[in-house]
Amino acid sequence: MKTHWQILVVDDEEVMCESLAAWLREDGYLVDTASSGRDALEKARATDYAIYFVDLKMPGGMDGIETMMAVRQLHPEASIIIITAYATVDTAITAMKEGAMEYIVKPCNPEEISLLVNRIIKVKNLQRENQILRKKLARQYCFQDIISKNARMRAILELAEDVAGRRSTVLIRGESGTGKELVARAIHNSSDRVAQPFVAVSCAALAESLLESELFGYEKGAFTGATTQKKGKFELADRGTIFLDEIGDISMKLQLDLLRVLQERSFYRVGGSQEISVDVRVVAATNVDLQQAVEQGKFRDDLFYRLNVIEIKLPPLRERREDVPLLARHFIEKLSPELGKEVQDIREGALRILMDYDWPGNVRELENAVERALVTARSEILEEDDFAFLAARARPFNWQAPANLTLDEVERQVITATLARNSGNVKETASVLGIDRSTLYEKIRRYDIARE
Amino acid sequence: MIRVGAVEDAVPDAVAPRLEAEFGLEVRQMAALSDPAYAFDARRAQYSSVEIMKRLLDAAPPGAGRVLGITGRDIFIPMLSFLFGQAQLGGRVALVSVARLRQEFYGIPGMTHRLQERAIKESLHELGHTFGLTHCPDARCAMSLSTNLQQVDTKDAVFCAACRGRLENSRLGAAEQ
Repeated sequence: MKTHWQILVVDDEEVMCESLAAWLREDGYLVDTASSGRDALEKARATDYAIYFVDLKMPGGMDGIETMMAVRQLHPEASIIIITAYATVDTAITAMKEGAMEYIVKPCNPEEISLLVNRIIKVKNLQRENQILRKKLARQYCFQDIISKNARMRAILELAEDVAGRRSTVLIRGESGTGKELVARAIHNSSDRVAQPFVAVSCAALAESLLESELFGYEKGAFTGATTQKKGKFELADRGTIFLDEIGDISMKLQLDLLRVLQERSFYRVGGSQEISVDVRVVAATNVDLQQAVEQGKFRDDLFYRLNVIEIKLPPLRERREDVPLLARHFIEKLSPELGKEVQDIREGALRILMDYDWPGNVRELENAVERALVTARSEILEEDDFAFLAARARPFNWQAPANLTLDEVERQVITATLARNSGNVKETASVLGIDRSTLYEKIRRYDIARE
Repeated sequence: MIRVGAVEDAVPDAVAPRLEAEFGLEVRQMAALSDPAYAFDARRAQYSSVEIMKRLLDAAPPGAGRVLGITGRDIFIPMLSFLFGQAQLGGRVALVSVARLRQEFYGIPGMTHRLQERAIKESLHELGHTFGLTHCPDARCAMSLSTNLQQVDTKDAVFCAACRGRLENSRLGAAEQ
């Protein structure tokens, strides 16, 4: 990793310059030298050095501090180390004030310089890695990557892209697996908050008290087990975006707390007395009809109107069937290398099966189906047979609908049985049922189903 | 191999055969150079390694691929308080100072075999630089950076597999030229 980083040594004394450069080269760095501040600036314009060693006293009208200030204007992230033969408190303070990373007195212990350079490079490597990962993540979640040729979907994506740049709260509605989080991330990545955190919280996955401390954090001693202070998701998302998934599931008390955050942009940690202000953009999502929940008195209308400033409604996959072939091919391309398969395409007949299926679990279910087909596929093209399991899902021949049961009761029994078959594993169960985890949690809670 | 000023025979006598074994090259000992008074810096009471290396380059006989100087004097470069050795990266000259490899420097009774081992390690290290090797992250490899005696003692007097590979490549490249 070392050779990626270049260092510039600036000193009017040639021996000093060259000997330090030679010593640093032995460590594997690419090192240039400059004999004056002007020379250094010229080189800094041409090359982006990670570290500058700059001698404080240099003739020719530009001393070390002036050189450093000029370099910092060109490269604000550069780490500059000021070298001096005589340490005085004043120059040290000036150097540090003007942004020097370190101030060292020559001659210096070799161990000290080696540790200093290693420390700086370690941070630079982490920064670069972080930058690369962020870019990768942004590429993964941008509007261009949301695959659809459905006119309604294109209009929705245009709206989302349009509102991304604003601060307004967005409410995304859609069935499980329609890509609500994907759209939320794309909104974040297209906004000016892209360099700040995107924090996702599934409101259905946690009990009320847990969700409260998860969202707002808590003070030490706020409750049994609160042995240290902890920041909540709202604090972690400061200056960024918070994504509140399954917002329809939160309790009346939390609805009130949330309303306060949305109105005042501030809150208290659990057990805390100090008000905390945050600048957070809220994107919420739900798969239930909030309007109806308001009418039934289950959801506060004031909170609903606060959240519903901009509404984005994602259609289920069965209403945009023309996207099925596009999405199927996209998942083949994405998953095939991950699974170590050489599958390139899908047979027309197999696509027909996918087009005809109803996809209650939407795009997520389609992705799972393609993955399952890839795992068992024997040739380089997915065949009708590879999707035989879908036919079984769609038409359960040897199943008789039980008599005199409400739909709720049927759902409760199916979930209980599937959970038991999967030893209480929620992730597995959700996958089998073709719904996402938060929906399953919500249903487990609603029907009061024992997990074990 | 050239002694610079007074260095006891035990040091070059121990270093020469190990260099031959590790690099697979013949090592010849030349007549010692005089004490490097020309390189003395009165303010620091140390000797400039750059000045000594210039003399070594002048003293090198034609046909010598590399020149290793061994001195008993405490050497420095302006930026650093001391050096165990210095070399031209990918160049011809290397210099090792045994001044701070001696335990006596730190007020501990001296042991000749310890001094010999350390001199071997630092000679391999500095000559490694002349073959283009840079510092190795493996603390046991002769090419790992040592800035104190403990680090010198931790490493082995051999190159790790990776550095050995690089060394072979560098030597092959040189032979082709």
